[in-house]
This record gives sequence, structure tokens and C-alpha cells, in this order.
Amino acid sequence: MKNRAKFLAYPYLVWMAIFIVIPLFLVLFYSLTKGNIHDPSSLSFSLESYARVFEVNYLKVIWKSFKLAFISTLFCFVLGYPVALIISTVKAKYKSILLMFFLVPIWMNFLLRTYAWMSILSPNGFINRLLSFLGLPTLSIMPGQTAVVLGMIYNFLPFMVLPIYTVLSKIDRSVIEAAMDLGANKIRTFFNVIFPLTVPGIISGITMVFMPAVSTFVISRLLGGNKELLIGNLIEQQFTVQRDWHFGSALSIILMIMILISMAVMSKFESDNDNGGAPTW
Amino acid sequence: MVKFLKRFYLSLIFIFLYAPILVLIIYSFNESKSRGHWGGFTLKWYGELFRDRDIIKALYYTFLVALLSSIISTVIGTFSAIGIHNMGHFGKKLALNINYLPVLNPDIVTGIALMTLFISLRMQLGFLTMLLSHIMFNIPYVILSVLPKLKQMNKHTTEAALDLGATPSYAFRKVVIPEIMPGVITGALIAFTLSIDDFVISFFNTGPGVTNLSIHVFSMARKGVKPSINALTTLMLLTVVILLLLINKRTTKGDELIP
Repeated sequence: MKNRAKFLAYPYLVWMAIFIVIPLFLVLFYSLTKGNIHDPSSLSFSLESYARVFEVNYLKVIWKSFKLAFISTLFCFVLGYPVALIISTVKAKYKSILLMFFLVPIWMNFLLRTYAWMSILSPNGFINRLLSFLGLPTLSIMPGQTAVVLGMIYNFLPFMVLPIYTVLSKIDRSVIEAAMDLGANKIRTFFNVIFPLTVPGIISGITMVFMPAVSTFVISRLLGGNKELLIGNLIEQQFTVQRDWHFGSALSIILMIMILISMAVMSKFESDNDNGGAPTW
Repeated sequence: MVKFLKRFYLSLIFIFLYAPILVLIIYSFNESKSRGHWGGFTLKWYGELFRDRDIIKALYYTFLVALLSSIISTVIGTFSAIGIHNMGHFGKKLALNINYLPVLNPDIVTGIALMTLFISLRMQLGFLTMLLSHIMFNIPYVILSVLPKLKQMNKHTTEAALDLGATPSYAFRKVVIPEIMPGVITGALIAFTLSIDDFVISFFNTGPGVTNLSIHVFSMARKGVKPSINALTTLMLLTVVILLLLINKRTTKGDELIP
């Protein structure tokens, strides 16, 4: 059975070729050509689309996408790590219920969650009504970058907490006890023992927040209005409004490459950390 | 003191998580259409929600696609996982790396790549293309949740069954399937949830007349306020809480809820 069972995978290999490999090659192909997409004979090799990506306006958009994604990832980490830590220390019977209520919002539709922020932050939304009711000056953060970052943190915070929590709950209690027995106080135990052990969880948390944040076009569209365009919006527009597949494909390839680079840097950081015990700082 | 700080911090985070939803729930009972102005208690937005043909249609497509795509991808994914598990070292590594691409790639890239494929094949974007795209992004998650179970399995059990006279298909049904069932169920649940929640990939791969809930909310939200969305949010929250409470009661282990 052993040798014959591998044939079960063959249909899926064909499927993967059609639905995973070929589409990505098509994107690469369109990014390297110019001409009318509906007339294959008019297509010719060109690096024009890539040259356009490096125009100042577009570089600004790419820079902004990475900046906002970085800020939200940082906030998710700073806000989320204590949450994971606290949930991992509560009594077992409260743990499951706490975790459950933490997960309820991510089981709700992503668009509805973003819509909820729209009705809170919009110029005549909940917060401004509340502020003017209290006689305070109103805020105008939506549409704007602050609203976009808030939306990202709100939507992706659980993706930071869950992997860190999972790693934390798997830490062998005896390791912590050993540190304490050897005279380390709580703070030292945390920084020299617990924190280094959670690095893999942090890495996957960062990836799970950064990736959707840098490529989003929904949050920036709904909370940022038309003025806070991100690279996701640019790509979306090329395929739905502008119908410029070549430029859209080039942007997608650049996005993929930049994400790959970020992930390579991250995994290097992870393997560096595996070598030594305690972090150098 | 530390205990108090912990509780205080956790409460703040929970307020942050639930405040927006709570505000929508309050608005869903608001007579006045404008946000922030309380016009009295009403249930009319719930009535409007159920009379809204577009929302009902979007819900229908959301569930139909989620159900079909999760069933199909669970079946294909489980068999493929068994196949991949039995492949040679090199083939296995290659297959798993390609399988991992849709998980790693941003949704928008997967979405436009599939759209490029469908249009290049002269396929009409619509229900079929949306279903295919959902199956495509679901299978990798099914495979990734079935494979660990296959690795944990004692490989001699199957051999023993075969030695004792079981036919390969009998051994498969009675030995392999029960062993990997937890992974299959996890995979199916992940597939269903991902499909129900998907916006980006569906957005690029659907055609006129076929929307799902996310696409519908997106197009409504761009136009402005619609109180029936608030009613919808309230009902969604209720459904999720009830479902999770039921699952929680059955498993009584919170860890199982982690998707």
C-alpha cells in the first residue's frame, strides 16, 4: 500500500500546477510585458511596469503601506503580549471562557468588524457624538491614517495573541521553577527564560499581523477614504478600475518580493535566537 | 495589586474588542436612521434585513460556497495528504512547498493571480470561479492539518491490518480514517471558517449577480450608512457566541477553539 498510496497525491499535483503555479507565472508574465491583454499577439517584453513602480508617487504609497503595517504590528505586539501572558496564568476553568470571548470577534465577519469602526470613528459617529455631548472638541481621525492603524490593530490583534499564547501554554513549568530555584526573581525569569522561549510564537504572530496589514485594501478604503491609498488599493484599482494588468502584476510581484525579504529577515532573527540561550540584551 | 492590574488591563482590551460591536448593537435598535441620534427603540431594521433580497441572496451564496468548498476541499485534501505522506523525500518537499504558497502569499496576490487565470482561460467570472477559488485556498489548510496526524500514526498498524487479511480499502476505512479523523475535522472547520469570512479572493473571482456577505457589506459600507447592517452584525454575534458556547460545552477545552 505504501508505494501505491503516493498516487493519491498525483491529481492534486496537477491541480496545484493549474491553480497555484500557473496563475503566479501568469502574473509574472504580465508584469514583464506590455500591450493589450486580450490580444496575445500584441504583447511584447517590457520593463515599463517595473519602472513605473519606482516613480515617486508609487514609492510613497509603498513606503506608507509598510510604515502603517509596521506601526500596527508593533502595537499588536505591545498590546497583545501581556494579554497572552495574562490568559496563560489564569485558572484553567476561566481560561477557556476568556479565550473564547477573545476569539468571538475574529469569528465575526471581517468586513462587519471594519464597518463597526466606521460607525464609531466617522465624523458624526459615536465618539464624536459622545465628545460633543460632553462639550469637548470633536476629533477628525477618520478618514485618516490613525483610523487605518486602529482598524488594523483591531482586526489583527488576536492573530498576535494566539500564537504567543500557544507557545506560552506549552512551556514546561519545571524550567520556570528551575530558574526560580536558582535564584532568579520573577522579572529575571521572564526576560531570561520565558521571553526567549516565546520567540517562535512572536515571530509567527508578527507574520500573521504584518502580512494582511501590508497588503490590505479594505481597511484603508473604508477607514482611510480615498486619500489613504496603500499598495493593496493600487493593485486592486489596476485590476478592477484601470484594467492595467501589467502594472498591477508588477506591483504584486514587488509586494511578494518585499514580503519574502521581510520573512527571510524574520526567520534569520529566529535562528540566531536559537543558537544562544538568553538574548544578548 | 498585580492581580488588579492584570484584570484592569484585560478589561481594557476586552472593551477595545467589544465596544465597536456593542455600539452597532445599540444602533440596530435605533428608530432614527442617522448615527448618534437616538430616536427610540425599534425592531424595524431586523424586519428590513429579512426583506432585503440582496442580503438574503448574499447569505445564501456565502453558506453554499462555504459548505461546498469545505466538503470538496476536505475530501481532496485528505486523500492528497495521504498521497503526499507516502511520497519520496524530494517529491514530498516540493509538493509541500507549493502547497504552502497560497498560505504564505497575501490574499490579494492569490486573488488577482486566480482572476488572471480564469480570464485567460476565457471563463466567465461567477459562481463557479468563486467556488473553485475557495476550494483552491482551502485545500492547503486541510492538508496541513491532516499531515501531522499521519505522521503521528504508527505505520505498522496498517501493515498489521493488511497482514490479517484486510483489503487495502477496508484497512483504509477502519484503520487510517479513524486515526486521522481529528485532523480531518480540524481541516474541515478551518476551511469552512476561512470560506465564510473570505472577502479578498471572492472579490476578484466573482461575477455580476453573485456576491457573498463580505462583498455585500463592502459595497454597502462604501455607499454609507445602512442600519440593517447593524441588525446583521447583532445576529452574527449572537450566532457566533451560541455556536462557541455549544462547542465549548462539548469539548470543555478552550485550546480546541483555536483555529
